[in-house]
Amino acid sequence: MALGACSSSTTTVAPAGAAAPATPTGSLVVFAATSLTDAFNKIGEEFKAAHPGVTVKFNYNGSSSLATQITQGAPADVFASASPTNMKTVTDQNLASTTPKIFTANQGEIMVEAGNPSHIKSLSDLANPALKVVTCAPQVPCGALATQIFKNAGVTVKPVSQEQNVGGVVTKVTLGEADAGIVYVTDVKANGTKTAGVTIPANENNTTNYPIAEVKGAPNPTAASAFISFVLGSSGQQVLKSLGFLPPAS
Amino acid sequence: MLSGKLRFNPLTTVLAGLAALFFIFPLIGLITGAPWGHITSVITSRTAVQALELSIIASLSSTAIALLFGFPLAWLLARGQFPGKGVLRGLTTLPMVLPPVVGGIALLLAYGRRGFIGRPLESATGLTLPFSLAGVVVAESFVAMPFFVITVESGLRSMNRRLEDAARSLGASRRTVFLRVTLPLIWPSLAAGTVLTWARALGEFGATITFAGNLPGVTQTMPLAIYISQSSNMTDEAIALSLILVLVSLVVMVFRRDRSGAQ
Repeated sequence: MALGACSSSTTTVAPAGAAAPATPTGSLVVFAATSLTDAFNKIGEEFKAAHPGVTVKFNYNGSSSLATQITQGAPADVFASASPTNMKTVTDQNLASTTPKIFTANQGEIMVEAGNPSHIKSLSDLANPALKVVTCAPQVPCGALATQIFKNAGVTVKPVSQEQNVGGVVTKVTLGEADAGIVYVTDVKANGTKTAGVTIPANENNTTNYPIAEVKGAPNPTAASAFISFVLGSSGQQVLKSLGFLPPAS
Repeated sequence: MLSGKLRFNPLTTVLAGLAALFFIFPLIGLITGAPWGHITSVITSRTAVQALELSIIASLSSTAIALLFGFPLAWLLARGQFPGKGVLRGLTTLPMVLPPVVGGIALLLAYGRRGFIGRPLESATGLTLPFSLAGVVVAESFVAMPFFVITVESGLRSMNRRLEDAARSLGASRRTVFLRVTLPLIWPSLAAGTVLTWARALGEFGATITFAGNLPGVTQTMPLAIYISQSSNMTDEAIALSLILVLVSLVVMVFRRDRSGAQ
């Protein structure tokens, strides 16, 4: 079921106001999934270099929290979600002014302590009740991903905590509080030698697509559309690829 | 207190009124925003009931811990004469002003599985605190006990110690002096400290989610359940659960005010 999610909403059309592209200035507020932290910080730097008049501010959190903040009227310009489900919360309330575009994708990986002291080799090892396993809460994309992965593998895992975003899982494993956690491939890569990863085989893994859209009533629509183009363009895609993100499934 | 007919400056009245409204409006928001149509099904849901039970058990346990350990600490700070007392007071009441999430991280680094206390504790007893109800109690005690210590300490400092001297000079034993003189004199601050500590423990969020994690039925107290549901767009549930907490806390705070106001 993995890569087939050819989202019906990803037609590449010219941005809404395709008049003479104005030079973006001022401040831009981007709400982005926690798993995008490193990627968007880097993309933000490059975006600022390309558009010196813009200051970019990021609000990273679990996609479900961000979606709630936007539906409660938070002044965001851009929303980048780790799953179409949370983007749908926003589009359902007619709060996106552009059609969401899938800009990247990610897969799950088992994060374990550095050196893998518990000798975890597969998902079925996580069913061992002596191990402390942490996942995201099922409402958050990384939690939905974990649920699907366990289902694919046919294992029953009882997590000791359901974190509110993927950063919580990474922290618990890094500190050694948890023996293992289900995170994104990119999290294992970003965390370097502080933790280690155990690959989930393709037939058990699951892919989550990341949509991006401009938020309705964005305080800075010019910069918002420039940023979205930048993420979809070669510089943005290059950064995402270098950090282990997958190309958007099409 | 003073005789009833106090004249207030109109400006004072206006500013006081605005201050009061500032606190009252959010409560009105909660009440009008509540899902009254199906509130019973929301507040009797498994998540809600489990969270409320956990909240009550954990907050009462940490209040008991505050009484047991906090009272001697308050006594020492109020009556002791030793170098570094000010520093000790500062350190033990620091959690009152520390962001609770900082407390949670600090707790992990000390009492977590790899912490310098938690690691020997685990190898000696097999006990690990994070992700357990005991962990919730630890987090709540860390944040709430200082309120007890500081309230009781100030009660001990402000009481008239000559009454103790008088009792002793009349032949009362130390124990009798404590039970019959000291305790009744500091009773109001003891009660206020207990209630404040309990209320603070009941509302604890940041240290709990950081140190004890979030698992329904194990460590998910009311504030955690509320946070998770509001961040998952289950706003109805979040508002209904919030109302319960507001109601409980309000009853306690009004009761407390009446009691200490009666002094």
